[in-house]
Amino acid sequence: MPEEVLVVENLKTYYFTLKGVVKAVDGVSFKLRRGEVLGIAGESGSGKSTIAWSILGLVPPPGRIVSGRILVDGIEVTALSDAELRRKVRWKKVSMIFQGAMNALTPVYTVGRQIEEVLRIHAGMSGREARRRVYELLESVGLHKSIADRYPHELSGGQKQRVVIAMALALEPDIVIADEPTTALDVVVQAQILNLLKRLQREKGLSIILITHDLGVIAELADTVAVMYAGKIVEYGSSEDIYRNPKHPYTKALLRAIPRLRGPVDKLIYIPGQPPDLRNPPSGCRFHPRCPEAFERCRLREPPLFNLGNGHLSACWLNEGEAS
Amino acid sequence: MEGGEVILDVRDLRVWFPLRKSIVELVTFKPRRYVRAVDGVSFTVRRGEVFCLVGESGCGKTTTGKAILRLVEATGGSILFKPKREVLRELEASGVEVSDGYVDLLKVPRRKFKPLRRELQIIYQDPYGSLNPRFTIKRILEDPLIVHKIGDRREREEMVAKMLEAVKLTPASDFMERYPHQLSGGQRQRVAIARAFILNPSLVVADEPVSMLDVSIRAEILELLLDFRNKLGTSFIFITHDLAVARYICDRIAVMYLGKIVEMGDARRIIERPIHPYTKALVAAVPEPDPENRKRFRELRIKGEVPSAAAIPPGCRFHPRCVEFEEDYDRLKAKCPVEEPPLKRPLEAEEGRRVACWRYITW
Ligand SMILES: Nc1ncnc2c1ncn2[C@@H]1O[C@H](COP(=O)(O)OP(=O)(O)O)[C@@H](O)[C@H]1O
Ligand SMILES: Nc1ncnc2c1ncn2[C@@H]1O[C@H](COP(=O)(O)OP(=O)(O)O)[C@@H](O)[C@H]1O
Ligand code: SF4
Ligand code: SF4
Ligand SMILES: [Mg+2]
Ligand SMILES: [Mg+2]
Repeated sequence: MPEEVLVVENLKTYYFTLKGVVKAVDGVSFKLRRGEVLGIAGESGSGKSTIAWSILGLVPPPGRIVSGRILVDGIEVTALSDAELRRKVRWKKVSMIFQGAMNALTPVYTVGRQIEEVLRIHAGMSGREARRRVYELLESVGLHKSIADRYPHELSGGQKQRVVIAMALALEPDIVIADEPTTALDVVVQAQILNLLKRLQREKGLSIILITHDLGVIAELADTVAVMYAGKIVEYGSSEDIYRNPKHPYTKALLRAIPRLRGPVDKLIYIPGQPPDLRNPPSGCRFHPRCPEAFERCRLREPPLFNLGNGHLSACWLNEGEAS
Repeated sequence: MEGGEVILDVRDLRVWFPLRKSIVELVTFKPRRYVRAVDGVSFTVRRGEVFCLVGESGCGKTTTGKAILRLVEATGGSILFKPKREVLRELEASGVEVSDGYVDLLKVPRRKFKPLRRELQIIYQDPYGSLNPRFTIKRILEDPLIVHKIGDRREREEMVAKMLEAVKLTPASDFMERYPHQLSGGQRQRVAIARAFILNPSLVVADEPVSMLDVSIRAEILELLLDFRNKLGTSFIFITHDLAVARYICDRIAVMYLGKIVEMGDARRIIERPIHPYTKALVAAVPEPDPENRKRFRELRIKGEVPSAAAIPPGCRFHPRCVEFEEDYDRLKAKCPVEEPPLKRPLEAEEGRRVACWRYITW
């Protein structure tokens, strides 16, 4: 078994809209080791979900992967047909907790039946077998098995999100991608769900990609963090590097923008302006129109990802001198 | 801002929504059941103060805000409000009962409420749903002026342009003719703020105005609200489920649980030293950007989730989720599951702190 369960190499996924080409993911590379939790952070529209859809071969039209490779457990998924992806990869190797999935459960079926469906279709289980597995799964996410007979509208937000997590675990995948899994939840339930993901990750040795715009949430789980801006990874490193020693001005700004429970409160910090239109991104460093530290060269030339040692990468001209 | 006069005095506000009766209930003549969304809430807001309502979904925050604007009908209680002098005169002239500069909003007949709409405004959580998608930004902002017969065409346009500048949608001419869907979430929320302030209201209910926005732009919107407060002396009821946000913007906090205020007081002191077990749980749940957090489970001293407001537990309504009740069971068993705790100042707490918990008040 390779140590790396997922390899993404120079991925480019674009949307070919009538108004132009949206370069949603524009040359992204990373690796995910077995049992590792990678957090992908960045504002709305930076391409986080598109990376996830690319891995599962579910990029919605008018989007498609234009170049790059994705290897799951050594299999090049970017070369597989949709039928092969369904048979070999989705649910079994990689499953996804979609953004907003808890509100997309089918209202007319019990949640037990909805999990059973996954087991029957994708694992060919018999009704009896599937039912037993449903109970196991519900218990593993901290729900009583009687929940199986309930309809989504009878459940609280936290319970629905647990059902969605149970579904993602149904076929024992190696990798779970969780796209904004707590964004719609209140703080207490959010903390409960993050604890659950943490427990499942440890018990099952899962590799997780946790996607969210909230670096506070990512710190609860991630070993490694990739910060995205306008379709590119602008900083990548261990949690310690990213939170204690951030190098990219965008990462620093994101961290300062988090409202805190402790420390000084006199000044509210934010990132002025908004993320660029990815049909027509700014020249040079894409962050330059919002960057407090931008200088002449930033507008003209795009900074590469500089290697600052120990796998800490940052795409900012200011880091050029520290690069190894 | 603490010295300002009280402009809003809510007393024992109740908003109960009747539940549809089931067949069995109909034929057995069972009494009607209610969703007790707001169940006896009292607080005051001073001029220029940002007063926060904090709590999880379903605790009655939005309903409290809407009841003040008469967007839902209150079941009981009173809401004394002190409008600006010219509005007060208008109300008096139309025969509305005024006492000492205050009107009871719940007693103003609907058809006489219109002048008060200028004074009371709301900003909703969802910048996508709260703006009419068929109207241009100019029309959205001009509408309240037309309704309240303010200014002529040119003056209104000038006011709209000024307002767009005030919310930093500049140059204003770039935004006037656009539609909501052509704006980002943050820009739409600015339009909603501009619309709320264009009539220069005395009180604005801001209902989770940043929770649907990216963390990176939240602070900018909060700063904008504080700007209005500082320039115009507007009072706010700021609704949020995030105590970290509350800490930046609020002067005082009321923590709501299932239709009741369980703790109230100075915002920073409550966050530094919460007393009620529910407030403690809310504080403990806020994620912090600390990489050490991933190495441990977050300790949550609270059980389960908020139950339905149609089935409020007896006694202290928090008791089925309360860890401290269990820890101090022998002393509290005669109280917590039986009798509702009053909102009182605990012995050792500072001036202004109120807590509804048998464990911390004297009895
Ligand atoms: N189906 C689609 N058609 C066209 N553009 C899309 C589509 N889905 C996403 N995009 C665009 O791709 C970019 C990245 O989107 P997304 O991956 O959803 O970002 P994130 O998850 O970080 O919010 C955005 O500019 C978005 O508008
Ligand atoms: N129009 C309504 N009819 C019936 N129940 C309602 C209505 N509006 C709100 N509720 C219920 O009242 C309770 C409080 O809701 P709300 O005020 O929206 O809480 P919050 O804003 O704190 O999330 C909830 O149980 C909600 O389902
Ligand atoms: S390269 Fe320049 S504009 Fe880009 S982040 Fe660095 S300093 Fe800012
Ligand atoms: S009154 Fe009792 S049950 Fe309620 S919060 Fe206090 S200790 Fe807990
Ligand atoms: Mg997304
Ligand atoms: Mg609400």
